[in-house]
Amino acid sequence: MKRAMCAACAALLAGVAALAGCYREQRPVKAPPAAAGVSQPSFAASADRPAVNRYEENAYAVSQGKTYYRAYNCNGCHAAGGGDSGPPLMDGRWRYGADPASIFTTIRQGRPNGMPAFGERIPEDQIWQLVAYVRSMSGQLRPDVAPARGDTLTPGKPESRRKPQPIKAEAPPQER
Amino acid sequence: MAATPLRYLAGIAGACCAGTVLAGAPGQNALRAAGIQAEHIGWLWNLTLGLCALVFAAVVGAFLLALWRAPKDGAGRPPDLASLTRPERGIHRAVAWATGTCVVLLLLLLGADVVTSRALADLPLRNAVNIELIGHQWWWEARYRHADTSRNFTTANELHIPVGRPVVITLASNDVIHSLWIPNLQGKRDLIPGRTTLLRLRADRAGVYRGQCAEFCGLQHALMALEVTAEPDAAYEAWAAHQRQPAPPPDSDTARRGQQVFLGGTCMMCHTIQGTSAQGRLGPDLTHLAGRRTLAAGTLPNNRGYLSGWIADPHALKEGVNMPANQLPPDDLHALVSYLETLK
Amino acid sequence: MSSDQPTYAPAQDAATLQRTWSDPPGLVGWFSAINHKTISLRFMITTFVFFLAGGVLALLMRLQLARPDNRLVSPDLYNQLFTMHGSTMMFLFAVPVMQAVAMYLVPLMIGARSVAFPRMNAFAYWIFTFGGLMLYAAFFLDIGPDVGWFAYAPLSGPQFSPGKRVDFWAQMITFTELAALMEAVILITTILKMRAPGMSLNRMPLFVWTMLVTSFMVLFAMPAVMLASTALITDRLVGTHFYNPAEGGDVVLWQHLFWFFGHPEVYLIFIPPLGFISSIIATFARRPVVAYPAMVLALIATAFFAFGLWVHHMFAANLPELGKTFFTAASLVIAIPTAVQIFCWIATLWSGHIAWRTPLLFVLAFFVILLLGGLTGLMLASVSLDTQLHDTFFVVAHLHYVLLGGAVFPLFGAFYYWFPKFTGRMLDERLGRWNFWLFFIGFNVAFFPMHLLGLEGMPRRIYTYPKALDWGALNLTATVGALTIGVSVLLFIVNVLRSRRHGAPAGADPWQAGTLEWSVASPPPASNFEQVPVVHGRYPLWLPPGTPDRVTGLTSEHREVLITSVVDAAPDHRLWLPSSSPWPFLCAVAVTILFIGSIFTPWAMVWAAVPVAATATVWFWPKRHMTAVRSASEVPP
Repeated sequence: MKRAMCAACAALLAGVAALAGCYREQRPVKAPPAAAGVSQPSFAASADRPAVNRYEENAYAVSQGKTYYRAYNCNGCHAAGGGDSGPPLMDGRWRYGADPASIFTTIRQGRPNGMPAFGERIPEDQIWQLVAYVRSMSGQLRPDVAPARGDTLTPGKPESRRKPQPIKAEAPPQER
Repeated sequence: MAATPLRYLAGIAGACCAGTVLAGAPGQNALRAAGIQAEHIGWLWNLTLGLCALVFAAVVGAFLLALWRAPKDGAGRPPDLASLTRPERGIHRAVAWATGTCVVLLLLLLGADVVTSRALADLPLRNAVNIELIGHQWWWEARYRHADTSRNFTTANELHIPVGRPVVITLASNDVIHSLWIPNLQGKRDLIPGRTTLLRLRADRAGVYRGQCAEFCGLQHALMALEVTAEPDAAYEAWAAHQRQPAPPPDSDTARRGQQVFLGGTCMMCHTIQGTSAQGRLGPDLTHLAGRRTLAAGTLPNNRGYLSGWIADPHALKEGVNMPANQLPPDDLHALVSYLETLK
Repeated sequence: MSSDQPTYAPAQDAATLQRTWSDPPGLVGWFSAINHKTISLRFMITTFVFFLAGGVLALLMRLQLARPDNRLVSPDLYNQLFTMHGSTMMFLFAVPVMQAVAMYLVPLMIGARSVAFPRMNAFAYWIFTFGGLMLYAAFFLDIGPDVGWFAYAPLSGPQFSPGKRVDFWAQMITFTELAALMEAVILITTILKMRAPGMSLNRMPLFVWTMLVTSFMVLFAMPAVMLASTALITDRLVGTHFYNPAEGGDVVLWQHLFWFFGHPEVYLIFIPPLGFISSIIATFARRPVVAYPAMVLALIATAFFAFGLWVHHMFAANLPELGKTFFTAASLVIAIPTAVQIFCWIATLWSGHIAWRTPLLFVLAFFVILLLGGLTGLMLASVSLDTQLHDTFFVVAHLHYVLLGGAVFPLFGAFYYWFPKFTGRMLDERLGRWNFWLFFIGFNVAFFPMHLLGLEGMPRRIYTYPKALDWGALNLTATVGALTIGVSVLLFIVNVLRSRRHGAPAGADPWQAGTLEWSVASPPPASNFEQVPVVHGRYPLWLPPGTPDRVTGLTSEHREVLITSVVDAAPDHRLWLPSSSPWPFLCAVAVTILFIGSIFTPWAMVWAAVPVAATATVWFWPKRHMTAVRSASEVPP
């Protein structure tokens, strides 16, 4: 009887913990199956192209994305999300699509109005990690996956504490 | 330190206990001092070992003697309660003498430690070589600093130092706590983010000495080594002068193609090759890569085969590093490696 | 006379007493158990299971390190293995097992019927168990912590350890330290207020002194690590900056806080076995231990000095040299009280009559193994020498010599010594000697080569090493030794399982020892003593009986205990302890949900506090009926 109770307790605990996510904790992560349909350039997200970036469920990958964000100087134009010469990334307004596939295309092929193309410079795997991190900046990721505060000067709340911003499509600025 | 008889005896005791003789270079052995700092510590080690061995022998001897001479008829015997009423002056005195001896020996050890600390701090620093060492997960960035800043240069994972001249290493960390340890030359010092620490050493014998990170720093802590080549001053100055030179332009078509692969792809985002447009600061400086003995912070020998494998898939050799796999067409990889081999 | 009135008949009714003090039967009774012996046995078994788990982890590590460039285990798994091994042995085995054994023996040694706070004792056990289970559940799901048992910031911080692995580790600390603090409070109160009349402080058994001293140390040491780990949790969960240098924090703060706990922690592990050794040597040398006052003062001095050593774990950091030398001096000075104790024990053996039995064998190993470990500790105490030896396998050798020699060997001796009291059966002597010699030889084969490996340049916490450095032979030797230790532990388990059924019956006092626990049956009845004894000297069973001999007037129909004064143990008043209750278990479940929930969200502190408050309220709510009966039993002076 005692043994059955102990086994049941252990199984219950294990089940609860399993629900909490094993993939979240794997590290280092092998390249995940990429999102669907990203070989086409895209200038807007649309309902018939759902895209899932599996890295969004892995805390290590998102934290690597944050490392690359600083390393490749994304904050040179986007600051720490508040925007500078580039648009802010921590709000809900997206010009070229907020889904992972669109963000991937943005980084890889660049966009009009000044976003450079990094496809030749940053390996695809790392771009996917950057995509996951960029989405965490507006609170789109689960709090237990999104990065907590970095060991740096910290403007504002850590990504894991940001409320998900409602996504609004926004027209890109007109060239004059 | 003068070779007193005590030191000689302690040295014999130390050698007897030092165990297996190490073959193979480069050395990574605290018992084989190749520099003054490690020698000071080695002296203290010999003294401490000698004293501790004596104490161990004495106490275990007394213990075994007690067991040997006490009658073994205790089973079932009524207890001896004399000590509850009469104080055992003789025994108390013996314990007090033994304790007093320990106090004296401990004071001796403390004194020896203070003397050694003083000696380590008193390293003359005239004409020192200044190196700024920055720890990364999981490699070492070395910036040689000179009063004349035009003579500064940067390298990675392998240091050269002159024999007989002091070296002042300023330690900083880019991410987590690391620790620099070159056992043949000096004790270790931590690299702590947010702080600058200092290590002073001097090599007194030429040779190649291996050091390793000695503070757990994550996944590949085990594969974060560094090589220190101590060579005569003239050879060191020649090496340093060469390190200051930018990379020569590639001389063959294959190498030129390799340079294009390097500059046109992902490599230049992270690596620097002086004399080209590659000025990335995230990974090791590759300007004189071909002159190094190892790759990946002492993990792999630096030859064509390992270099190609490292570039194609570093994670097969050192899982978890920040360097990505590079799926290059075989011709491009061949050209790239040929180019890197020109970076002497 | 109403049936509610308790009776005070002079002859205690053993059956009534047994009924009063026993826990209820059945499944609900199993969760409601609060008898200190029941909880202690559960605690001992749970900590021993963790010991076995930690041992298996160590064997896996040794198999990986047996050959150079081995890839038996991935780097990530290896980092989890040594983190789990260290955390298990330090937090889930070494300190709790000492408290568990004390929880069984201390009331028996001081002539008390129970511990002071039996329900809190049960709560502490459940909290500890749930914390350990949580950590192992995380490990088995491959989300175990991988930052070392010491979890230095910033590696354990939010940037370099993403995800929840380190949070499970930090919360395990909260669980285990809460349990340890509670056990310490219980032990201090029991020892100071519940001793049998006549057992003044200078007649207390030396083991009880060690537990008193250890428990005070727990009160001062545990809060430091709880503070450190809580600051780490808030850094990771809500973005505080305790360990973030860029925003004014300091990574060395973690080291100070952790080692301020971490050094006393090893003395928490080391001091109770000093009590085991005193008990066992007195019994098997057939004489009281030499110089009792010196032994007690040595214990107290060790406890004080232990709090002044912590920086010797940080000699490689850039702290001021003069400050470091102070800690060298302190680390050398703490050898003196231990030396006094060792000399007194050797003097006891010298002037005694030896009975060669397995408990004594394990205790004798202390004099070789701990002595060697202590001497290598003196080597590590010196700043300059430590800069070569710190974070190498030399330290691994040192710590295992002091922890196994100083704690685990005496602990095994204690198991062989008190197993007859716990179970009523003797452990097999022949298996015991095989157990001992395999353990002793295996231990030295495993750990002595590590001194050499450290001197030859091998750092700690590396999952592999290159062939060219010629460390393979010594590592292989160490692995063979580790496997031998595994075999010896298996022999111990076999011995225990066989002797439980088929061991020779022990009787009350198989060793003809002198302390009070040997005056009751084996295993003891639920109330420990049918009549509380009166004590007239140290080693009461060796002295002729004095008068008065027993305490009369305590009722056997309620859980009544005698509370005595702190120094002289003069009777002070009577106290009724609570009856068995499932609410400590339920409150522990609620607290577990709060702790585990707060790994994922700070709101758990708010929402999960409700069931904690509810269960705690029901736990503490007095029963009207019992209050009435107790008040009616009060007799005017």
